Parts: sequence; structure tokens; C-alpha cells
Amino acid sequence: MTPLLQIDNLDVRFKGARTVHAINDLSLTLMPGETLALLGESGSGKSVTLKTLLRLLKEKRTDLSGDIRFDGTDIMTLSGRALRSYRGGDVSMVFQDPGLALDPVYTVGQQIAETVMRHKGLSRENAMDVALDMLQRVRIPSPKRRLANYPHELSGGMRQRVMIALALACRPRLLLADEPTTALDATVQIQILLLLRELQREFGMGVIFVTHDIGVAVEISERIAVMYAGQIVEEGTTHEVIRNPRHPYTQGLLAANLHDVARGARLDAIPGAPPSLEVRPDSCSFAPRCPMALPACRQALPPVLTPGPRRRVACLRAGETLAAE
Amino acid sequence: MLSYFLRRLILVLPVAFGVSVVCFALVQIAPGDPLTAIMPVDATAEQQAAMRAAYGLDKPVPVQYLIWIGNLLQGEMGRSIASGRPVADEVFGAVGNSLLLAAAAAVIAFPIGTFLGFLAGYYRDTLLDRAVTALSITGVSVPNYWLGIVLVIIFSVNLGWLPSMGAGPGGSQDWHWDWAHMRHLVLPAVTLAVVPIGIVARTVRALAGDILSMDFVTALYAKGLSRGDVLRHVARNAAATALSVMGLQLGYLLGGSILIETVFNWPGSGFLLSNAIFQRDLPLLQGTILVLAMFFVGMNLIVDVAQAAIDPRVKRS
Repeated sequence: MTPLLQIDNLDVRFKGARTVHAINDLSLTLMPGETLALLGESGSGKSVTLKTLLRLLKEKRTDLSGDIRFDGTDIMTLSGRALRSYRGGDVSMVFQDPGLALDPVYTVGQQIAETVMRHKGLSRENAMDVALDMLQRVRIPSPKRRLANYPHELSGGMRQRVMIALALACRPRLLLADEPTTALDATVQIQILLLLRELQREFGMGVIFVTHDIGVAVEISERIAVMYAGQIVEEGTTHEVIRNPRHPYTQGLLAANLHDVARGARLDAIPGAPPSLEVRPDSCSFAPRCPMALPACRQALPPVLTPGPRRRVACLRAGETLAAE
Repeated sequence: MLSYFLRRLILVLPVAFGVSVVCFALVQIAPGDPLTAIMPVDATAEQQAAMRAAYGLDKPVPVQYLIWIGNLLQGEMGRSIASGRPVADEVFGAVGNSLLLAAAAAVIAFPIGTFLGFLAGYYRDTLLDRAVTALSITGVSVPNYWLGIVLVIIFSVNLGWLPSMGAGPGGSQDWHWDWAHMRHLVLPAVTLAVVPIGIVARTVRALAGDILSMDFVTALYAKGLSRGDVLRHVARNAAATALSVMGLQLGYLLGGSILIETVFNWPGSGFLLSNAIFQRDLPLLQGTILVLAMFFVGMNLIVDVAQAAIDPRVKRS
């Protein structure tokens, strides 16, 4: 079976007053209908990865190399009409803050209908019917009236539902969700997560869900890829990664979770901060913060171990624990 | 929409009242006696008193105001002291000419300013952006009466292409839409357009630059829209603010062209105003200021309503 999405050796470097090596040698495979959580802290390159997939980064300020294939099609060389039909047609995106990602001076209906008209070539009336149907599918109450609302007239959760309706209106085969619940209240977060999970099953699309919240990742995904400093440091099924984390960073993230912490007990945090990435990492990026680091970790990039099919860990010491088992 | 318009209209009334009081008071507090300008130096006290009574200047000030405003409401603005002609005729003729000049300048300035500003905003921080910024700062900073004189020297005196004075051949006051009249409009309109080009360009540049860096623009590209579509969205977002700036500029063009009208001998309201000031022609001065101020108030009303019509966020607040 052809993977829905295959990323090989992706490098993203931002040029400008300061160079930033945002993504370094990232490889990732997603099968059709799969839900993957891309887990990592701020600045680890999660959002940049998503934007690269849609080729949304400013070309003048970015150096891209590597290979991205969507259903076998090379994405890196797409341009013009083909790129536009790929964006929003094959792959679409839900943004972090729906209050900023919707155009403030167009009605919700106009914004959904516009996408449908561009991709499906429908007339305005038919596109509006599709928009209405989508608002019903994302369970917005009195959808007919909402069509004529402007984004500022809706609540945050309602706006995110609109954003999801917009993203799914053209039945994409891959949905990119960039922390879609971060800007919302806790109760609304859960509703949106449940909605996304239901719609994923209903439409059978692949989903890449970017988040910094392990709880959210567990809730939504079948697989987890943990990112650190622009690289994937660990990947596996959600069960494998949560039950048996191999990378010290993943272990740290799990330990830093607030669940099951006794009142008054010291919270486990990972000491230090992520690297600035002004130079391309030539050794393990996590070594300075790693409690298990060896001198060898600071001298060369860590080897990538593959303890199982589609399971990998980029850590020198992961082999020891494997050998010990 | 209609209720918003009516609410705005009601809010205009106190402003209009204030404007009328200020117009009236302005002339009252100005030093000097209006009669000295038209009476012979050796006029007797009785002759002066008779003249004063004829113009109603012997009554108390509030009564003078009430008489003035009462006449005003009937379209009667008194007679010019200098020419003896009805103020309304003089003012509306002149305001018509000024409006023509302001409109011509706006037709030149707004599209050029918008285009340059959009270009600079889209290609922000490039050479093009810096060139537009330099151009607009120059446009705003150069004294336009000086520029007018320079243009006259080049195009009228040296090249002889365009006339330098008046609104029509042989000092004719009646406007016709033919080349003989329109060529008189070219130099003053171009001169007057320079400042608003700069201001509109700077405004639109800032607007376009800000909007283009917003998240929703990325989201528009992400849903597969072409650059043209995205720019249409950006323009719609910028329109409300840009239009309000243009509306105010039109107001300034109308009232603020005194120097240009003087340089080009354009028979407009600015020209009339400066004559009225030098001749101490109080009724004419009052009438002109009042009409100009009311135009400004009306312009603001139109801008507010237009803004609410374009931008859905304005209406509710």
C-alpha cells in the first residue's frame, strides 16, 4: 500500500538576520486513515513541519531540502494550479487560533463556500448548501443562521468548529491540525477533540495532530512521533510510546505530566531549555538536558534504533535498555 | 444599517450647532470693526450708526446670532459687505469650484496613493518599499504652494503647455466640461494631489503590510486560494480604514486648498475666504467657514456610514 504521506530527510532552514535550522533530517510516514500525534514543546518544529507540508513557508526566506510525497506525488516541486488544488483539496489545515485564522470581514458561509467553489467548481448557491451541510456535521446549533454570521459574532469553540467545517468541506484525505484546542477553554477542548475523532472516523482521512499536551495526544492518536529540536526522537504506536518510552526526552515529558502527582510533591520538570538551533546539530540536541548523557552523546548524532516495525528511537543509550530486556 | 445611519445623523446635530456658534463667535471676537473697511474715513457718527443698524450690528450678540441662524435656515446668508451680492451665491459658486478642484485632486491622488501603498506593503522591506516611502514622505513634506509655483514655471512659463491662472479662458467663472476649461484644472489639481498621495500611500502601506502578516492570510493560502483571491481578501480588510482616511483627506482638500487657490487664482472657497479676511467681509467670512465646516461634518458622516457598511465589526460597537 502506498503511504498517504512520506517525508524523507526533510531540512528546513530559515534565512534572515539570524539563521535557524528549524527542521533537521526529518523522516515520517503516514498510512491512509492513520492518526498521528506530533508531540513536542514550543519551538521543536511541529508547526513548521505542517506548514512545510502545505508549502506555506515564504520561499524567499526558507531553504528546503528533502523529499515529501503525498500519495506518490512529489510536493516539493508543485506550483501554480496543482499546488492550489493540493492545498485545501487533498490536504487541509486547522489552525491554532480560529479567532485569527478566519477572515474577519467575510461571513462564515462565504468563507466555506469560497473554498468549495474553488476546488469543486460549484456555483455559489450549491457551495452555500455544502457549507450548511458542513456546519451541521460539526454540530453547530441553528446552522442556517450561523452561515450569515461573522467570525467575531461566534464563541471560540464555535469558531473552531467553523474552521474544522472549512477544512473538511472539500473532503481532504489528510487533515493537518495545528494545536487546534490550545486556544480554547478546557471543556470546549474536549468537545473539539471528540468532534475531530468522530469526523476522522466518518471521513476516513489521515490526520496529523500537532500538540504539546501528552493527554491530548493519547486521546486522539493511534501513533505518536515525539519531536525535539527539529528532529523526531521517538516514534511508535501511542501504546508503545506511553507504556514503554525509550528516549529520555519522552520519559521526561511523561514524568512532567501533572496526573497522579501527590499534593505538595515536587513536580518533575526537564531542566534547561531547548537549543536555539542557530547551527545545525552535529550531536544529540537533548544531551545538555539529559540525565543519562554520556560523553559520546556530545560528539556525534545519536544512532536511530528500530526495535520494531515503524518503531524508532534516536538515542545512543536506548540500545542498552533494549539489550537489558 | 438604516438605524445606524439615523443614529449617526442625530449625533451630527449638536456638532452642527457647535460649528454654527463657533463660526458666529469667531467673527465677533475678531478685532477691528467691519464697517471701517467699507465706510469712507471721514464718515460722520450718524452715517456709521445708520450703516450699523442697516446690517443689524447694533443689536445684542445673542439676538444677532438668532437672526443669523434664522435667516440661515431659510437659505438666507446675508449680503457680502464688499460686493453687496448675496453671500449664498458667492459661497456656493466658490465651493462648487473648490469641490471640482478637490474632486480632481482626489481622482488623481487616491488611485495612485492606493496603488503605491499596496505595492510597498506587499513588497515590504524591499527597495521598492523604500522608494515609495521616500516618495510619500517627500510628497507630504514639500510645501505645495512652492511646488505649485515650480510647476507653473516649468509648464506655463517655460513650456507654455498649460495655463497658470483662473478656472477658464479669459478669467471666465463658468465651468464647462471642455478642454479649454479643463486644462486650467490640471496644474492646481496635480499640485493639490501630492500631499494626499503621500498620506494615502503611507496609510495603505501600513494597512496592507499588517494584514498580510496576519494568520488568516496564511489560512487563505492553505485553503488553496490564488494570490489574486488572497489580495482581494486583503483589500476588503483594508477598505474600511483606507476609505475613512480618504474621506478625511477629501475634507482637507476642500478646506485646505487656500494657498493653492491663491497661487493659481482659482475662484474657489479658499480664494474667497482669503479675500473675505483681507476685506473684513464678515457675512461672507461666516458663510464660507460655515459651509466648509458643514461639508467636513457631512464628509465625516458619510465616512462613518461607509465604514460601517464595509466592515461588519464597526456596526455593533
